Amino acid sequence: MIGKQRGSLGERTFDIFNYVFMALFSFICVYPFYYVFIYSISEPRLAQKGVYFWPASLNIDAYVKVFSLNTIPHAFLVSVEKTLLFTILCVYFSAMLSYLFTKHQMPFRRLMYRIVISSMYLNSGLIPWYITMKTYGLRNSFLLYVLPGIINAFYIILIKTYIEQLPSSLEESAQLDGAGFMTVFNKIIFPLSKPIVATVAVYASVGCWNTWIDNYLLVEKANLQTIQVILYGYLNEAQSMTQDLAAMAAHAGAGRQLQFSPETIKMSITVISVLPIILVYPFLQKNFIKGIMLGAVKG
Amino acid sequence: MLSKKNRIGWKYFLIAMPFMIYVIAFYFVPLFGWIYSFYNYNPALSFSQLKFVGFDNFMKMYNERSEIYRVLKNTLAMSFLLILVTPLPLIAAIMMNEIRHTKYKRFIQTVTTLPNFISWIVVFALAFAVFSSDGLYYTLLKNLHLDVPVIGLLGNNGAAWFFQAGLYVWKTIGWTMIIYMAAIAGIDSEQYEAARIDGAGKFGLMRHITIPGLAPTFFVLLLLQISNLLNNGFDQYFVFYNSLVADKLDVLDYYIYKVGWAVSDYSYATVLGMVKSLLGIALLFSVNYLSKKTKGESIL
Repeated sequence: MIGKQRGSLGERTFDIFNYVFMALFSFICVYPFYYVFIYSISEPRLAQKGVYFWPASLNIDAYVKVFSLNTIPHAFLVSVEKTLLFTILCVYFSAMLSYLFTKHQMPFRRLMYRIVISSMYLNSGLIPWYITMKTYGLRNSFLLYVLPGIINAFYIILIKTYIEQLPSSLEESAQLDGAGFMTVFNKIIFPLSKPIVATVAVYASVGCWNTWIDNYLLVEKANLQTIQVILYGYLNEAQSMTQDLAAMAAHAGAGRQLQFSPETIKMSITVISVLPIILVYPFLQKNFIKGIMLGAVKG
Repeated sequence: MLSKKNRIGWKYFLIAMPFMIYVIAFYFVPLFGWIYSFYNYNPALSFSQLKFVGFDNFMKMYNERSEIYRVLKNTLAMSFLLILVTPLPLIAAIMMNEIRHTKYKRFIQTVTTLPNFISWIVVFALAFAVFSSDGLYYTLLKNLHLDVPVIGLLGNNGAAWFFQAGLYVWKTIGWTMIIYMAAIAGIDSEQYEAARIDGAGKFGLMRHITIPGLAPTFFVLLLLQISNLLNNGFDQYFVFYNSLVADKLDVLDYYIYKVGWAVSDYSYATVLGMVKSLLGIALLFSVNYLSKKTKGESIL
């Protein structure tokens, strides 16, 4: 059977091309990450001459320096805190509202659902958003990172669809035993929705980790800076540095022995800001695919 | 008295109330900010002290039409480039489907979706490491003694649109590919069997089963892309903006930020944002209407 299906010459050529092409495609996607990593752990002066596949003479001074800077570990911590807090609140409250939307006895259910869904299409724009957040007193406040976006229409659709196909008998028997809304939700619905809750948690946490515009526009306090904005600051500094070639030349002309190249520092901060994503990546990826499949089923 | 069923219903309603207040506070109240487009907004003044200027801020759009035209040109150029590349993830998914080694397949899937998880700031960091004038690409060329003129891609005005489109493809292709993979998984395997019995080869199956099977998904994603004609997103253009490519990366989303922050013309920026939002909604609904008319399905 298998021997008979060898395929034509054209098909075999395609297969070879396909395998090579996909390998190349994967390489292009992942190599920049790898490059930044090996650069960051290379001896700065050797790295400048070019590193390609292996780090040039291991040197982790850049990381020592970055961690002694204090601002970076602190910003990292702020990012972790806001991501954890936001994800928990977002998942829990979005799930609770989704559950309420499955309750047909609730008056104005359809109207409320429509209001929530229309939030997906309404975009006030940057300035009105900025003014509103300022009016709410969220300027220079940690809550700015956490409060907006807890209820998300897209997550509501996903979770509601999932809860609707759970067997209703479990819930009913619990209610007969005298369990109230919160008990049913916390003890039955929420745990049963684990697959979709995990998916939404991934969406929410990745989104939160990567968001920086709130920090950039509304938070100036040093102790509330997130790692993304810190990274941007360093990059921007380096960019103006490279653009200003004259200044660079003068720098080199002075013959000062630089202990740390700004390049290496930048690369190590990049690595640090991607690290949490890479660490939880296998988990993320699995759930993302699951989320898409659930979305695909929905149509 | 309320019946028991109604009482429970109203109880749910009460629990839902805080959520609704939240939704209105964070998604609908900002819309009231549009009112500032009729005023001369000044952050230092309270609302009653603001000067009502009628449609002056809208007139400004007309008075600055050459600027608007320039920004719109960039916006549409980027959007059309992104519409042009919509078949790429589809092609990648079809090719991916032909890979039979499960482990290799899973490896490709894992690796190619990685760029989707990082922020544009990190994309910028990576692009900087690779394409700046002393980044990987030029170091490699120099070490190979290939004498090419160094034009750092980040500051290359002529290539700016294509470079940004390329970065966008790099970031999103693996992720969109998974959507198509899900759609392929949904194609009835009996169709493949039947076609194979009819003597269809690999290319025959692709042409007659896989591609038609993916057409609806492709169509929906294409329509969504079209309805986003005016939304290029802000982050990407913000991080890659520099003086050398300024006149190419000034897309609507970035321009609104610039008017609001650099020039502090809050009211005019509000007008631009409002017009953009309303046109976006109109576009979305017309595209949806067309889809319903022609294909009988709604994309919303």
